[in-house]
Amino acid sequence: MALPLREKLIFEYSRPGRGARGQWPPLATSAAADVLPEQLRRRRRPLLPEVSELDALRHYTRLSQLNFSIDTHFYPLGSCTMKYNPRACNAAALLPEFLGRHPLAPIEHGQGFLACLYELQEMLKAVTGMRGVALSPLAGAHGEFAGVAMIRAYHRAHGDLARDEIIVPQAAHGTNPATATMCGCVAREVAVGADGDVDLEALRAAVGPKTAGIMLTNPSTLGVFERRIEQVAGIVHQAGGLLYYDGANLNAILGKVRPGDMGFDVIHMNLHKTFSTPHGGGGPGAGAVGVSARLLPFLPLPIVAREAEPPIYRWLGERELPQSIGRLTTFGGNAGVLLRAYVYMRMLGREGMRRVGEYATLNANYLSARLQQIGFEAAYPQRRASHEFILTLRRIEQERGVTAMDVAKRLLDLGFHAPTTYFPLLISECLLIEPTETESKQTLDAFVSAMAQILREAQEDPEQLHGAPHQLPVRRLDDVRAARELNLAYQGTAA
Amino acid sequence: MPFIPHTDEDEREMLAAIGAPDIEALFDEIPANLRLQTLQDVPAGLSEFEVLQLMAARARADGRPLCFIGAGAYEHHIPAAVWSTISRGEFYSAYTPYQAEASQGTLQSIYEYQSMMASLTGMQVSNASLYDGATAVAEACLMAVRANRRSKAARILLPQSLHPHYRAVTLTTALNQGLMFDTLPYTREGGQLSFEALSAHDGQDFTALVIQQPNFFGVIEEVDALTDWAHAREALVIAVVNPTSLALLKPPGEWGAKGADIVVGEGQPLGCPLSSGGPYFGFMTTRMQHVRQMPGRIVGGTVDVDGRPGFSLTLQAREQHIRRAKATSNICTNQGLLMMAGTLYLALMGAEGLERVAASSMQHTEELVHALTAISGVRRVFARPVFHEAVLALDRPVAPVLSALAQRGIQGGLDLAGYYPELGPALLVCATETKSSADIQAYASALSEALRPARAA
Repeated sequence: MALPLREKLIFEYSRPGRGARGQWPPLATSAAADVLPEQLRRRRRPLLPEVSELDALRHYTRLSQLNFSIDTHFYPLGSCTMKYNPRACNAAALLPEFLGRHPLAPIEHGQGFLACLYELQEMLKAVTGMRGVALSPLAGAHGEFAGVAMIRAYHRAHGDLARDEIIVPQAAHGTNPATATMCGCVAREVAVGADGDVDLEALRAAVGPKTAGIMLTNPSTLGVFERRIEQVAGIVHQAGGLLYYDGANLNAILGKVRPGDMGFDVIHMNLHKTFSTPHGGGGPGAGAVGVSARLLPFLPLPIVAREAEPPIYRWLGERELPQSIGRLTTFGGNAGVLLRAYVYMRMLGREGMRRVGEYATLNANYLSARLQQIGFEAAYPQRRASHEFILTLRRIEQERGVTAMDVAKRLLDLGFHAPTTYFPLLISECLLIEPTETESKQTLDAFVSAMAQILREAQEDPEQLHGAPHQLPVRRLDDVRAARELNLAYQGTAA
Repeated sequence: MPFIPHTDEDEREMLAAIGAPDIEALFDEIPANLRLQTLQDVPAGLSEFEVLQLMAARARADGRPLCFIGAGAYEHHIPAAVWSTISRGEFYSAYTPYQAEASQGTLQSIYEYQSMMASLTGMQVSNASLYDGATAVAEACLMAVRANRRSKAARILLPQSLHPHYRAVTLTTALNQGLMFDTLPYTREGGQLSFEALSAHDGQDFTALVIQQPNFFGVIEEVDALTDWAHAREALVIAVVNPTSLALLKPPGEWGAKGADIVVGEGQPLGCPLSSGGPYFGFMTTRMQHVRQMPGRIVGGTVDVDGRPGFSLTLQAREQHIRRAKATSNICTNQGLLMMAGTLYLALMGAEGLERVAASSMQHTEELVHALTAISGVRRVFARPVFHEAVLALDRPVAPVLSALAQRGIQGGLDLAGYYPELGPALLVCATETKSSADIQAYASALSEALRPARAA
């Protein structure tokens, strides 16, 4: 199916004097605005479109049709867990009482909402094996910030002021070292062995009196479970450091094994991955954090507490948590996202959550097996895939000049979103593939057929791949020009 | 099985293709002692009907009170077309637009958003959103330290009249990176920044001055003089603004002789429901000369290999997935869908509609202040003009009064006791265009009743 071609800018629909007047409030009838001092008033109107409601609706509907999305396409996007976003979650979050509730509303006008948040905290504790949970961080990287800030606060509270090194494995997400920097720490990389597990000797050499902690994803971004996680925990703890769990890959182990039981002290969870809230084209997310007992006093504010019987729910603040790292958000977090995650977890229940981990893993191992059968090379063929796995195209690249980027772009033509490409950095020409549990065998088989076609084209017609995509609204874009000749805003029609 | 499509036959065939006896075997690399047996603390699953009934009951318990609280989140009418459009699966369930060819809808929308925000704030470039207003202020402080090469101090001047939660988040975020902050007091008469207090910083090396317009009290600041004062001392100016107010107020790009350098704020008033505090979106705009110091995603226009125009994420060398430890920020996921809501909202409102929202909100706040201060024991605290919020003083502690109002389904404002105890019993109130004269009268009569018993006693 060909997608529509270019849609002009909303500004190009604009006509002086047009407007969605039915949506505007009536004209003010008093001169209240006249109190604004003359020299502080706006003199020229901003360049905003003057369009009808239909103009705007049609324009943005057409733009939407230029997008891939879960609702229209399969996204085998490694480390991103692009699963189906159930509509009941959306319907519940859009109930008018929830939508209209002010963040600073008194708690007597929020017992229903706060009960949901409290129970969400409790369920997240149960599935991660942690002792406390705070829901306020607004995205995964924001949760990472909270986590590393708590690690720093812990060491500071123990008078341990020299610990400013955060260890990250080579294959870590970019947010991990960036977070270390945001928290005033130094990121120190540690090698990964040929089998994909952390090199314990390198780790022993890296830890010491400067170690604040280690940030790990398990299963790792290599798509394998870190088998010696207990030894890793032992080495880091013995050196006085703490263990941070990057929850990006939590989907792989949901209901099967818990970060708290592996020895982690702090974890962030991407509710927009594991708990199925929508990605919205780049957010909103939610990056709830969980902690072990020793980090409880440092959780970010605010947290929902349940008191008395019948229960009263209320926010805990600075007074109750004087050692907290503090506030990370204007209000209590991405409440609408939290409600969606809550509904999702209630629908799954304890059995449904186990099945998430199980079928995500089944799908990944099946897809990995099928793709290897048709001739693709797995980066870690000797290992079980977790919920994701890596293919390396180094052979095809050497023999036919076809790159991971070519394959990714050709997949778009064939109706599949591209897998994650060129990440992790230590595998050359790699595709990181995560099918998630919500895709059927038939969808996975169709993806295998598309990959088989690409393999044939690599032999017979590599030009077809270098030039891909051919069927989309645009072909490959000139990123160099985009960065060199910056065009970041519409400037109006030339006078 | 909720949301899992596998039939028994699918499962058998898949296990056969893998060569595994059962699903459990796929977890055989996980040490046995770590494997979880049950999740007994998680309740059993509910059907969609059951969960929606539960949620409806919880929502009903919260009710739909009449809200006169502002303090950083404002109840504005959201045109129906905003959420019906962005709830389309192609926006709602799309991923970050890294695959540009498959994401032109999101990318072009971001470009349009950037254009609108740059123009609204009077700046040249905008990013594609940050998390919220508070984190945007924190990021602006960190950005100012990178952008102001003349200052060695990493010291920021923060007004006490900046939203207290913005102050708190800025401290949580930036203290770990060694930034220092000085607090600037407000005047007790007008509620605006005190110029006298500024003079204490003459001759000091500082990186930036933060100016919130209108400030947390709703008060209009003398932004021109403040901006010129900071620029004369080679400091940058970080403007924190309410986007609705910019329909009427001078955009930060025109403050003083040279204009503010970084502009941030809370995007919620532009099409985002109150929703207990989120999701909202933070915005950030700046001058072209600082674009490489800006955090967050940025979209640029370019062409494809055939010369057709298109859009892609650009200047990615600033970001964590490329620069890792040297990135401008660790931000990755931001508030894409809410930024889309803001774009739709601004497209439907246009400059004229936004002016009407702002002017109507000012009118209703004036009416509200007038009606409430007519009650004995209630007076206005600050004399300076306000936008759509004002601080009122009561003749007795605020908390019990607010509780009494809450009983009647009225949220009477924010008690400032925990934030500004020096003001005595004080209340921050707000009325936007959504409050009718009848609503305002309802509040006034409830307040006058709430204040009556004590006077009789």
